[in-house]
Amino acid sequence: MITEWLSPVIGWMSPSWQYFVVHLLLTLVIVLPIVVAVAYLTLAERKVIGYMHVRIGPNRVGPRGMFQPFADVFKLMFKEVITPTVANKFIFYLAPVLILVAALVAWAVIPFDDGWVLADINAGLLYVLAIGAAGVYGVILAGWASNSKYALLGGMRSAAHKVAYELAMGFALVGVLMVAGSLNLSEIVRGQEGSILHWYWLPLLPMFVVYFVSGVAETNRAPFDISEGESEIVAGFHVEYSGIAFALFMLAEYASMILISALTAVMFLGGWLSPFQGTFLEPVFAFVPGIVWFLLKISFLLFVFIWFRATFPRFRYDQIMRLGWKVFIPVTILWIAVEGAFFYFEVGPWF
Amino acid sequence: MSLYQILFYVFASVAVLAAIRVVTVKNPVHAALYLVLTFFSTALIWILMEAEFLGIVLLLVYVGAVMVLFLFVVMMLDVNIAPLREGFIRNLPVGVFVALVMIIELALILGPASFGLDIYPSPEPAPADAGNTLAIGQVLYTKFVYPFEIAAFILLVAIVAAIALAHRRRPGVHYQDIDAQVRVRAEDRVRIAELDADKTRRGDVAGDSKANQDKETS
Repeated sequence: MITEWLSPVIGWMSPSWQYFVVHLLLTLVIVLPIVVAVAYLTLAERKVIGYMHVRIGPNRVGPRGMFQPFADVFKLMFKEVITPTVANKFIFYLAPVLILVAALVAWAVIPFDDGWVLADINAGLLYVLAIGAAGVYGVILAGWASNSKYALLGGMRSAAHKVAYELAMGFALVGVLMVAGSLNLSEIVRGQEGSILHWYWLPLLPMFVVYFVSGVAETNRAPFDISEGESEIVAGFHVEYSGIAFALFMLAEYASMILISALTAVMFLGGWLSPFQGTFLEPVFAFVPGIVWFLLKISFLLFVFIWFRATFPRFRYDQIMRLGWKVFIPVTILWIAVEGAFFYFEVGPWF
Repeated sequence: MSLYQILFYVFASVAVLAAIRVVTVKNPVHAALYLVLTFFSTALIWILMEAEFLGIVLLLVYVGAVMVLFLFVVMMLDVNIAPLREGFIRNLPVGVFVALVMIIELALILGPASFGLDIYPSPEPAPADAGNTLAIGQVLYTKFVYPFEIAAFILLVAIVAAIALAHRRRPGVHYQDIDAQVRVRAEDRVRIAELDADKTRRGDVAGDSKANQDKETS
C-alpha cells in the first residue's frame, strides 16, 4: 500500500529497491516512537517510584515535570565524552552501539496489530531468541574494553547471568511454540483468539512468570541489576562511560524493557486482541483499534517492571544463579512435559 | 546488479575478510570478535539461501552461546603472545604442505566440474509461505528421528561425562543452604525480650538473660 503511495517518487526503481526504501521508512516509523517512549519511560519510572516512596518526583522542568526527559537528554549530549587512555577505543565505542542495535532490531517481527508487522517471517520466535542472545556482547565488550576492574567484573557477572536466564526464556518460548504450533508471532496472537481465558497466560502460567521474570533479569533491571550493582562495583560495565555514550546504554536498557514487555504481551497476553472478546462488552469496545490494546498491555507490564524496582532489594549473585539454574529451568522443563499431557488429553480450549 | 546480489557480495566479502583477520590479528579478543563477525555474515548468507532456520540457529548457538563462553575464557586469560609466535619460520613448511594438500583435495571434489550449473541447475526460489523450519522439523522427527535422538543422547552423555570429570569434592568448604535461608522465619532470628523499665526488677531480667545463656551453651 505504502509502495503505491510513494510510487510517484520511487516508481523508477526496480521492485526490490522499492521494497528496500519502503521498509527503510517503515523502520523509522517504528524506531522513532520507541525512542520517544524511552524518554517518557524514564520520566514515568521516576514519577511512579517517587509516588511509591511518597515523594513527588521530578516536577521542575515544564508542567509537572513533563519536559524532564529532554533536560536529561540535552545534559547528557553536551557533557564531555571521556575516553580512558588505556581503553580499547574501537570496541569501547562499539559496545554501546551493539547493545542498542540488539534492543531495536527485534522490533522488526513484533506485530502491532493484525498485519501491522515490518517482517512477517515464519521463524519470528527464533529470530527474537537469536537477537536476544546477541545482546550479551555489548555488556561483555563494554566491560572488557574499559580496561577497568569494576567494569570487567560487572561485564563478567552480567554475561554469566544473562546466559543462565536466556536458557529459561528459551524453554518458556518452547512452551508457547507448542501451544501455538507456529513460530510466527502474528500466528501466535491469532491462536489466542476467543476470550481472555484463551490467552496463553492461563495454560502456560508458570512459563509466563518464568519468561517475564527472566526478562527482568535479561534487561539488568532491579532486583537483578548486579551487572551495575552500585553498592559493590560502583556502576559495573558502564562505569567508564560518560556523556552520550552512557546515554546509549540507558536508551538500550529502556528499549529492551519495552521489547520484553511487548514480547510478553504478544506471547502470553493476546497481543492486539481485546480483553473483552467473547463477553457482552465486546461490541461496546469494538471501536478501539487493536494497537491500543497492545500498547495498554505493554504499559501495564512496564509498570510492573518499575513496581519491581521500587519493591525488591537486589538479589545476591549466588541467589540469582540458583533461581536461574535450579528453579526456572526445571520448572519450564517440567511444564513442557505437563503440556504434552495436556495435548494428549486435549485439555481446555487451547490444545 | 540486483539488491539480492549486492547483499550476497557484501556478506560474502565480509565473511572472507573477517575469517582472514581471525588468524592474522594479534589480540586474541579481537580474533574472537572477528570469528563472531564471520559467523554472523555466514548466517546472513544462509538466510539469503532460504535456509532461515539454519541461519538463525547458527546465530543462536554459535554467536549467542559458544562465542560468549569463548570470549569469557579469552578475556580472563593473561596470554603472553610472544612465545606463541615463536617458531613461525620453522613450522612454515609443514603448514604450507598441509594447506596445499587440503586445497588440492578440495579442488578434486569441489569446482564447476562436479557442482556446476549444468550438473546442479540453480533451484527454483521457494514460494513466500514455504518455511525452512517446518521442512526441517518434519523430516527430523519422522525420517531421521532415530539418528536425531541418538545424537541428542550422545551429547547428553558428553555433558554428564564432562561434569563427572571436572567435578571434585573439596572437604571443608562451606556452602550456604539457600533453601534453609528461604525457609527461615522471623522467630528463628529475632527474639522479642520483654524488658521492664522498672529498675527495681533488674535482678529478674539479669536472671532471665543468664538462663538464656545457659540454654544456648547447652
